[in-house]
Amino acid sequence: MDALKQELKENIIEQLNLEDMTPADIADDDMLFGDGLGLDSIDALELIVMLDKNYGIKLTDPKEGRTIFESINTMAAYITEHRSK
Amino acid sequence: MKRVYINSVGSISAQKTYENNNFLSEIIEYNDTVIPALDPNYKDYIPPAAARRMAKGIKMSIVASKIALQDAGLEQVDAIITGTGMGCLRDSEKFLSNILDNDEQYLTPTPFIQSTHNTVGGQIALELQCKGYNFTYVHGSSSFESCLIDAKLQLEQNEAQNILVGGVDEIGEHTVKLLKLVDQIKTEPVKSSELLLSNTKGVVFSEGANFFVFSNQQQSSTYAEIVGVNIYNTLPKDGISYTAENFLKDYNLSVDDIDLVVLGNNGDVRYDDYYSTLTSGIFKEILQAYYKHLSGEFHTASSFGFWLAANILKAQSLPDLVKLNDKNISQFKNILLYNQYCGENHSFTLLRKC
Repeated sequence: MDALKQELKENIIEQLNLEDMTPADIADDDMLFGDGLGLDSIDALELIVMLDKNYGIKLTDPKEGRTIFESINTMAAYITEHRSK
Repeated sequence: MKRVYINSVGSISAQKTYENNNFLSEIIEYNDTVIPALDPNYKDYIPPAAARRMAKGIKMSIVASKIALQDAGLEQVDAIITGTGMGCLRDSEKFLSNILDNDEQYLTPTPFIQSTHNTVGGQIALELQCKGYNFTYVHGSSSFESCLIDAKLQLEQNEAQNILVGGVDEIGEHTVKLLKLVDQIKTEPVKSSELLLSNTKGVVFSEGANFFVFSNQQQSSTYAEIVGVNIYNTLPKDGISYTAENFLKDYNLSVDDIDLVVLGNNGDVRYDDYYSTLTSGIFKEILQAYYKHLSGEFHTASSFGFWLAANILKAQSLPDLVKLNDKNISQFKNILLYNQYCGENHSFTLLRKC
């Protein structure tokens, strides 16, 4: 699980062009949207594509995203349970 | 009808032009076929959260715009008019590469959103919170001059008082490969100072953003007056002199009234004779300058020539390294710019000292 969390942080930084950030700057329970990392709706779309491309997870219900993308912890837990690759 | 003035400038180019107190006092000599624009410290001008999705063309344009606004002593303009030949090329390439690499799946939104030609004008408006007229002209190497005509008409009619106008293009890695394949970019490196001696096909390719605030009110920062602009999609080589003379006649001028002619020679042996027709013909006895050995060639490189001419008129001095001939002149009043690319999209622009 720790390796997956590290991988997610690296991918998020790369995919979302979070310049000046390192994986160490993102705590596992930091809020990704809103007051935490400050990601926005375009980032949410990027994350949905990342789940599909990297882990074979297709999110069909946009409402699911709210809880899945809450933090690195919630993302890692969902991926572990649902990944097909 | 009101007069139209260049009240400020802002330039990001392959030279250190992002400081307005530095008019080509330091020159970078290149020996290459592609020369990228120098990066200012973007973080001084754009919040990191906004900058993270911006490709270089957008960042260069926002910085050049902010420098121009600061130079004009303004925080807001009535309109934004942008010219670009190729638009946001890097995001276009990224988006198209993703389509090919991922078998038309997993397409992410950011490069697509940022890939349109009018992204630049939109992002500048967002940064400035400018809700006024916003237009982008995409017309090859007369994209910038198309902006000039639009802005000039609006200011003359007093439909706007201050307009931000600029030209921008960025280098795209894949596009460079394609342009090399079709001989549009030189295959062998050329020294900047020897560009016009290369005698080879193609150009030294580059990128840049040159923005200006035009106004129908003259002020202390004013660089020059824009007297006239005209664009011609096609012109025969043997018609260029006649067209230049006719253009000047429209403003009751003749060749002898021109103090300096600024030319867009880019060292492409196939098309530079458009310029030599003028330099060895009707403008033989007139002081001549060129600039693409400093800026490189791109579809809106003429905006760098415009920046150069505006600075010459304000400073009343001509840097030696842009001189094409040895004529001397004590005062610059009328400057004529002529540009074309690949024998198409010709333009004449006439600037006058205020």
